[in-house]
Amino acid sequence: MSTTDIGWAGLAASLVLVAVAVGLSGWQRFHLSRSILWACARAAAQLFVVGFALKLVLDPDAPVAWAFVWVAVMVGFAGVTIRNRAREVPGIWLLGTLAMLAVVVVSLSVILGFGMFPVEGRTIVPLAGMMIGNSMTASVLVGRRIVGELRDKRDEVEARLALGHSWPDASRPYVRSALRTALVPQIESTKAVGLVFLPGAMTGLVLAGVDAADAVSIQLAIMYLILGSVATSITVIGLGLTRQLFTPDHRMRRIVRGAS
Amino acid sequence: MEGGTPGADGSGGGGSDGGGAAGRPDLDPVLTYEGVAVVAPDGTEVLRHVDLVVGGGRLTVLAGPSGAGKSTVLRLANRLEVPTTGVVRFRGTDLGDLDPRELRRRVGMVFQRPVVFGGTVRENLQVAAPGAGDDVVGAALERVGLPAELLDRNGDDLSGGEAQRMCIARTLLTGPEVLLMDEPTSSLDPVSRRAIEALARTLVDGGLTLLWVTHDLTQARRLADEVAVLVEGRNATADEAVRYMEGPDGADDEPGEGAR
Repeated sequence: MSTTDIGWAGLAASLVLVAVAVGLSGWQRFHLSRSILWACARAAAQLFVVGFALKLVLDPDAPVAWAFVWVAVMVGFAGVTIRNRAREVPGIWLLGTLAMLAVVVVSLSVILGFGMFPVEGRTIVPLAGMMIGNSMTASVLVGRRIVGELRDKRDEVEARLALGHSWPDASRPYVRSALRTALVPQIESTKAVGLVFLPGAMTGLVLAGVDAADAVSIQLAIMYLILGSVATSITVIGLGLTRQLFTPDHRMRRIVRGAS
Repeated sequence: MEGGTPGADGSGGGGSDGGGAAGRPDLDPVLTYEGVAVVAPDGTEVLRHVDLVVGGGRLTVLAGPSGAGKSTVLRLANRLEVPTTGVVRFRGTDLGDLDPRELRRRVGMVFQRPVVFGGTVRENLQVAAPGAGDDVVGAALERVGLPAELLDRNGDDLSGGEAQRMCIARTLLTGPEVLLMDEPTSSLDPVSRRAIEALARTLVDGGLTLLWVTHDLTQARRLADEVAVLVEGRNATADEAVRYMEGPDGADDEPGEGAR
């Protein structure tokens, strides 16, 4: 496998495009030049720090336990990120963290249990990262949608409760709609893959010199795993969150706007 | 009593002073409120101390200005809310000791604005009676004065009056002993309003117990067998009740406001 190294010069060349973006912003008075430069600088700093830490974790001589520690930290950060992006959803930090934990346990069990990839830091960390990253976005979306849907349709939910329905029955049509909304983008991107875009992992593998057929099979496996991970995370959020929005005696709690 | 005055002694308070329905020991009490207070999560006292007895087989009107806590009194009977202190009883049993789903089928609720679920009229009615055939749901429609041909109509295509009558039919499908009606005509035109009032009277004459909330004094006088008056989250005193019931009729042709 030939390696691809863009080198410092290559990295500097990519800044030309940043200069174009900054130039456009100035010309069209978007007032985004500072934001663009700050985002680029921050991305560089973060990735260099992460890259240095990853180098330690991914070292073939490093104990594999370090990889699992890294994954645990990712789960924690993902929980905090979900909370920050969905502050109006009550109890989302705990639920989000649990959902990410479920995603990691399920996906790594399949990946490592069936021997799809060797149990090494260089497989565990990026795979878990992809599962968590995609599930995190879906979790935020589903949490916000469930709260929004149940808050907007409160009169319908209470009318169903008033007819003697249990809270799972009364909320099901609205929660189902929120879960569909969160899962549909993942299904759509799974359908469009290859036709519209080449996914990140495959692009990375091809750039790194891996044979295209091998890259395809790895990418397919990853996409199926991501689909399963997203479904797992939104199910955990859906079940857990809905339970929190109702009392055990089938009453709907007040959902306060902007509560965290 | 057609065009009735507030309660037998004019107090209309429904409290332990013997006003309104509370003062009729000959009536079989179906719903009993004993020193009920409700404090909202933000600390607002929605109900301060309410005593009320709703006699069986009668139409009791719960009147009072907007914001007096009338809707909360209804929601307590259906256990969509629970008292902070005090007890609400159904046929002598504390509501807290009853299965809420069972209770809600025996004590049905009709909301201020007609709540129409997605789908046809048939599907709306089947929410209350899953799997019920056209003979059953058609009969329910006819009971509220709507033709069975409406079953195939989309619920959203009904007029306001038709929609509210469909909601009553839906609630009646659960076979309730008590019907709670929360300003059910406040968003309707005068013709539909009279039709629903006539329907309520027919239901009561057929043995149903009905608790009707309104701040429309003309309607209260027109409909009530008994009147209880709430002001500022408590039973009105005898003087307050008489003063309120003799007040201007203004609300008759105005859409009502939520009284929660």
